[in-house]
Amino acid sequence: MKDNLKRIFKGGLGQLTIPLIAIALLVIFNLIRDPSFFSIELTLNNNGNTVLSGNLISIINGASELAVLAMGMTLVTAACGGQDISVGAAAAIAGSAFVKILKSGPSINIGTVIMAFLFACVVAMLFGSFNGTLVSVFKIQPMIATLILYTCGRSIAYWINGGATPTVSSPIITAIGGFIPGVPIPTPVLIVIGVALVFVLVFHFTSLGLFTQSVGINGSAARLNGINSTFIKLLSFIILGLCVAVAGTIGVSRLGLINHETLLLDIEMDAILAVAIGGNNLGGGKFKISGSIIGAYVIQMLTITLYAMKVPSTDVKAYKAIVIIILVVIGSPVIKSKFQKFMNKIKSNRQRVSVKGAE
Amino acid sequence: MQDNTLLQMRHINKVFPGVKALNDVDFTLRKGEIHALMGENGAGKSTLIKILTGVYGMDGGEITVEGMNVTIHSPQDAQNKGISTVYQEITLCPNLTVAENMYIGREESAVVLHKKYEKRANEILKKLGIPARASQQLGSCSLAVQQMVAIARAVDMECKVLILDEPTSSLDDKEVNMLFKLMRDLKDQGVGIIFVTHFLEQVYEVCDRITVLRNGELVGEYLIEDLPQVELVAKMIGKELDELSDFGEIEEKQFDEKDIFYEAESLSSSEAMPFDFCIHKGEVNGFTGLLGSGRSESVRAIFGADKVNGGTVKIKGENVKITKPIDAMKHGIGYLAEDRKRDGIIAELSVRENIILALQVMKGFFKPISRSEAEAFADEYIKVLNIKTASRETPVGSLSGGNQQKVILARWLLTHPDYLILDEPTRGIDVGTKLEIQKLVLKLAEDGVSVTFISSEVEEMLRTCSRLIVMRDRHVVGELKGSDLNQTQVMKTIAGGETQNEG
Repeated sequence: MKDNLKRIFKGGLGQLTIPLIAIALLVIFNLIRDPSFFSIELTLNNNGNTVLSGNLISIINGASELAVLAMGMTLVTAACGGQDISVGAAAAIAGSAFVKILKSGPSINIGTVIMAFLFACVVAMLFGSFNGTLVSVFKIQPMIATLILYTCGRSIAYWINGGATPTVSSPIITAIGGFIPGVPIPTPVLIVIGVALVFVLVFHFTSLGLFTQSVGINGSAARLNGINSTFIKLLSFIILGLCVAVAGTIGVSRLGLINHETLLLDIEMDAILAVAIGGNNLGGGKFKISGSIIGAYVIQMLTITLYAMKVPSTDVKAYKAIVIIILVVIGSPVIKSKFQKFMNKIKSNRQRVSVKGAE
Repeated sequence: MQDNTLLQMRHINKVFPGVKALNDVDFTLRKGEIHALMGENGAGKSTLIKILTGVYGMDGGEITVEGMNVTIHSPQDAQNKGISTVYQEITLCPNLTVAENMYIGREESAVVLHKKYEKRANEILKKLGIPARASQQLGSCSLAVQQMVAIARAVDMECKVLILDEPTSSLDDKEVNMLFKLMRDLKDQGVGIIFVTHFLEQVYEVCDRITVLRNGELVGEYLIEDLPQVELVAKMIGKELDELSDFGEIEEKQFDEKDIFYEAESLSSSEAMPFDFCIHKGEVNGFTGLLGSGRSESVRAIFGADKVNGGTVKIKGENVKITKPIDAMKHGIGYLAEDRKRDGIIAELSVRENIILALQVMKGFFKPISRSEAEAFADEYIKVLNIKTASRETPVGSLSGGNQQKVILARWLLTHPDYLILDEPTRGIDVGTKLEIQKLVLKLAEDGVSVTFISSEVEEMLRTCSRLIVMRDRHVVGELKGSDLNQTQVMKTIAGGETQNEG
């Protein structure tokens, strides 16, 4: 742990610098605009629970699905050098599958919810392996391969529940999408923490990180070192499938219904963006999941800030785009190397000054 | 300043994080001369050239071209100022045609006139005798031809200064001669050529002058007549000459039938014709032959690197199936690939991660090597193999070629293989590291490891191998050992009966 801290101080934050600065700037900007913007209070909600509320909570809560998807997307990006644009549609399928099981029994109890979630996971992993097989075995570019599911995914979701948009009402579902009685923190936030922990454990107890990066950077060399790159790529899509199931479940539980047309609509682009803002190379190779998570919160904070500034919702996307252009350009290799040169200059100047001072 | 001075670099300094790459280096190139730039890996040759071509900026010093002070901002800028380069590793685009590769980035107009360029490219290719068509995809040409296309591109740019960075490392003798003829033609036209190579004989064949660098510092500039080959080597490595001949004779080892470690019968792959092969415990043997003779393809078949089509394989007398690299690794076989950049290094990963990679794969997905263990392994091999790196966390891609090679060697040594296949481990590597690797091979054999060693330099193989398998046109045409292991006999076998005069 101490070593880790030392490394961070020595090498700087590396690829996390930009997303962290972005968050800091957004926080400062909001504080200047409205000093009480981030105030958190305990309130009683409709169900009679004492819960945390405030802008900060809604930012962190609202970014949950995005954060989960961004984690899986990072892995696919690193291994395959491309992105999965079907995650929104796949989440609609997973959500529909989730609801299908919930609706099949006479009542919703903890058992059926677990069954439904597991079923959603299996379904999402199957669709993930479909994408993964196209990419890893048939060597189709990820964006093209996943375009298929992107196009037809919401139709499949429509068929699952026979075209209806059934509602599911149960205290358990409300607890998943909102608050567990007695816990003031929104459940989706807890789920994100749980998923992040699972990733940490997986990276600690397997060689997924090393193998994924090797495959992404130099597939040929990875193969000659005995790594099954087809399997690693497929695995990344299956893991993303799990993330999709989790995101779909959160999304359905939040609303208490499945709307296959609107559930997590357009989230794939935000997920890809989160990966990019997190300083990960979209061409594959080295990656940091933590960067993508921060990236997800940057996007959400930006959206909420714009809404808080009373920007009409039709204009929000345009303003978002402007900020994102700035972030991406600052993070580009050209600017980075210029900045590095500048820092070196300052450093050498300082050395010169101190040498003079010593004389 | 003399009239015929073409290029002058004075007091050049360059610092990389943790390393002083160049320290007050001078270099002068005259019109119509071929000037060899010599030095070990990490001596600063590549850095000096990258400064001259605008890839790196310099931290101090000045450059003059034909007496005029210049600043070179980018490779494009260097080209405009008449400085062209052909790099060690091919930097062209394999998915474009030959003509497109020759004119990419330098079209006069925005519209690419394919027909016009193809015609011009064909003329140049014909003039230089390069066996390629302008409309052909570059990737479909052999490595050697690709290299020559890169040279043709530079030649066509009517450069004043032509830099050839290890242009011959992937060419066979005939192609080298063709290149030398071209270099002499250009020299007669007044072009100044900077020639970077590790082949000492080639320097003495074509060059007029030699500049030697060592550890980022200038050792000196010499006329070729004034510097015998042995002294050149001494200047490059800064060691006493005795060490060079410290090898002694390889003692004649006798191997028993029962000591056979690996045995293959009519093994074939998608790339290699069926062949028989065996290696004993603690034996060093080699595959030799011209480029394209099938020597690399054969060892790749042993490792399962290409699709294996047939044949039986026995390890320690037992039948085994090796169809992919992981099978071979599990049976104790390691393979250092010929193309370091494409098949060896994972450039952006650290030295540490590159070193533990193969061991990690063998241990399995669910048994990761802990950070502290990995650090200990990395530190150990950085020390044992004397890898020059700022730290174990440095990305391996930023090391010099020789040190990258050592990292890959470390990767395989860490798996403690019983049988190590080294395909061109010394290509593009300086004399000092070459000797280190040769010594290492012999030491491994002493410890009971079987080694197959492939090198384009026959002399190097004669020094290390006790048995040579000679290939021609994708077939094994001979096996030499004992008193047959000499340059003449090898050449004769490689060349075959009808072309004996080449030996």
